[in-house]
Amino acid sequence: MDIHEYQAKELLSGFGVPVPKGGVAYSAEQAVYRTTEIGGSRWVVKAQIHSGARGKAGGVRLCPTDADVRQAAKDLLGKVLVTHQTGPEGLPVHRVLVEQALPIERELYVGLVLDRKHERIVVVAHPHGGMEIEEIAQREPAAILREVVEPAVGMRSFQARELAFGLGLGAQQVNEAMAAVLGAYRAFRDLDATMVEFNPLVVTEDGHVLALDVKMSFDDNAMFRRPNVAELRDYAQEDPREAEAAEHGLNYVALDGDIGCIINGAGLAMATMDMIQHSGGEPANFLDIGGGASPDRVAAAFRLVLSDRNVKAILVNVFAGINRCDWVAEGVLQAIREVRVPVPLVVRLAGTNEDEGRRILQQSGLPILTAATLSEAAERVVAARNAGAAA
Amino acid sequence: MSILLDETTRVVVQGFTGDKGTFHAKEMIAYGTNVVGGVTPGKGGTTHLGRPVFHTVKEAVASTGAAASLILVPAPFCADAIMEAADASIRLVVAITDGVPAQDMMTVKRYLWRYSKERRTRLIGPNCAGLISAGKAMMGIMPGHIYARGTVGVVTRSGTLGYEAASQMKALGVGVTTSVGIGGDPINGSSFVDVLALFEEDPETEAVMMIGEIGGPQEAEAAVYVKEHMTKPVIGYVAGLTAPKGRRMGHAGAIISAFGDTAAEKAEIMRSAGLIVAPSPAELGATAARALGRKPSRQVMVQQ
Repeated sequence: MDIHEYQAKELLSGFGVPVPKGGVAYSAEQAVYRTTEIGGSRWVVKAQIHSGARGKAGGVRLCPTDADVRQAAKDLLGKVLVTHQTGPEGLPVHRVLVEQALPIERELYVGLVLDRKHERIVVVAHPHGGMEIEEIAQREPAAILREVVEPAVGMRSFQARELAFGLGLGAQQVNEAMAAVLGAYRAFRDLDATMVEFNPLVVTEDGHVLALDVKMSFDDNAMFRRPNVAELRDYAQEDPREAEAAEHGLNYVALDGDIGCIINGAGLAMATMDMIQHSGGEPANFLDIGGGASPDRVAAAFRLVLSDRNVKAILVNVFAGINRCDWVAEGVLQAIREVRVPVPLVVRLAGTNEDEGRRILQQSGLPILTAATLSEAAERVVAARNAGAAA
Repeated sequence: MSILLDETTRVVVQGFTGDKGTFHAKEMIAYGTNVVGGVTPGKGGTTHLGRPVFHTVKEAVASTGAAASLILVPAPFCADAIMEAADASIRLVVAITDGVPAQDMMTVKRYLWRYSKERRTRLIGPNCAGLISAGKAMMGIMPGHIYARGTVGVVTRSGTLGYEAASQMKALGVGVTTSVGIGGDPINGSSFVDVLALFEEDPETEAVMMIGEIGGPQEAEAAVYVKEHMTKPVIGYVAGLTAPKGRRMGHAGAIISAFGDTAAEKAEIMRSAGLIVAPSPAELGATAARALGRKPSRQVMVQQ
């Protein structure tokens, strides 16, 4: 789960991370009021969307007067911002962050990630901020600093100190940089984050260290014990179909093709999509109905897949272990009764109670194509899609 | 032989009396697994499915001599259940539970390292289908009837894609020694390498199939291991050729976020390490059959 920059700054500030003075605004009036709270004479208005690269897309405005702040907020609020990370559809701006603008001397990079190789939290730092870490890793891999955190004892001060000196900071800035890094670590640990990134962490002209831009992501699996974080979720930043899917306990990812997929298990779903491509088709979505799929859930899956207007045929592929094929068959029939399925439907059921499942489908008298194997299922759905397109 | 589990292994089920625990324990018993009891805190002293129920894993071990535990408890309690089993000297823990927080798994793995190698608990999962030694016993949620007994060891991240592989093999008369689901989480118990090493040592296993997916370094590490340490043919497949970058495909660990995370890159690493990569997920069984053909099975050699 991702959150907005201003939310991340509020959370991190509570863990002692130095951030610029600022606050969120939902309207131009609020934005202007923020300038009086913050003080100073120059401000930045930043569009709050779940994407980086906002500056290049015009989502970050430097404002020398409060009239400029008003105008910037007016321009940005209600707009859809397209960055090279959002895709062509962009993301809607419903909030802006107003912050004091400070003269900057240096930009650094610091990121904390859950590293899968080490199975530990790893802090990565680089003396040049502002670039994406993938870019840094390609251009100057040798200059990347790393500290692996031992989970039994947590991040130690000496590790933060080594990083701060390694970044070439002066003695007076080292303490502030350490507060930023150690605070980020504690936030990461205590809030079940999967990523905290300062890009950039800056040194201002008057010699202070500040987290100028921050990003945080969280472990969806841990949100049951982090209600204060979970409530920061902004559904407006998500694909509405994916949010709808999550409510039904389904995993849905929209793709560009036209063959809808309803599958149990993430691996089988990916393999089935691969097989559709192998057979000359393109999947419209990834959809894992998960374990213990009830008829209700399968019906919800159909509604979801059909909400994508591009879908020209649907393939249901269930290999049941924790599921039972007779339940899935009932779900398919219930869905067809509730939801009109105006496209060809191919169903392949295998595993627990597979004979029972197939019998239920065949005795229904409904126009359902069945398949016994993965390759047969993929070939049939691609053929059905092509026949529909030709007609 | 088989690896990790056979019909003599004494198994307890943590979360025994819940709906899922009951359903799958019944299936396991029907398959021939030596389920000696279960653990549900608060229900100790009762009997369930004709087996004793205990409050704690320690009591279960003391009373039944259990050496393995299957965990079917809800995600918030899974890490605790794994550590309880390890502390009670259970040697093999299979955690089926999906949705365990990643930092809980960091803590679990750190905890397991407390013990010396000789008595360290081996963890399979979480977020996996479990393991099955075909025709002998299963600790998991798989449909047992799709596995024929044979000579191919299977190790897979995905549960259902493992079923797919097993049923394709069975249709071609190719059987399985043991099939191990290592799970789809970013931090899991046993890795591909851990399981490959066991198959390499198992005299009955003649070839190994490893089924990976997008995300994480484990498939590439396994490919290097195969090249340097394995004498048996290894069939590989990586699911997710059509997966877009940066999107989580169901499994918490199935996300392309770093260099080398894509299915195409992993398949290429496998190929260059000498694995036999299946051309499509519909040809897992056929590829296994061909791999066995290259290395004649013991039975064929006896007939000659």
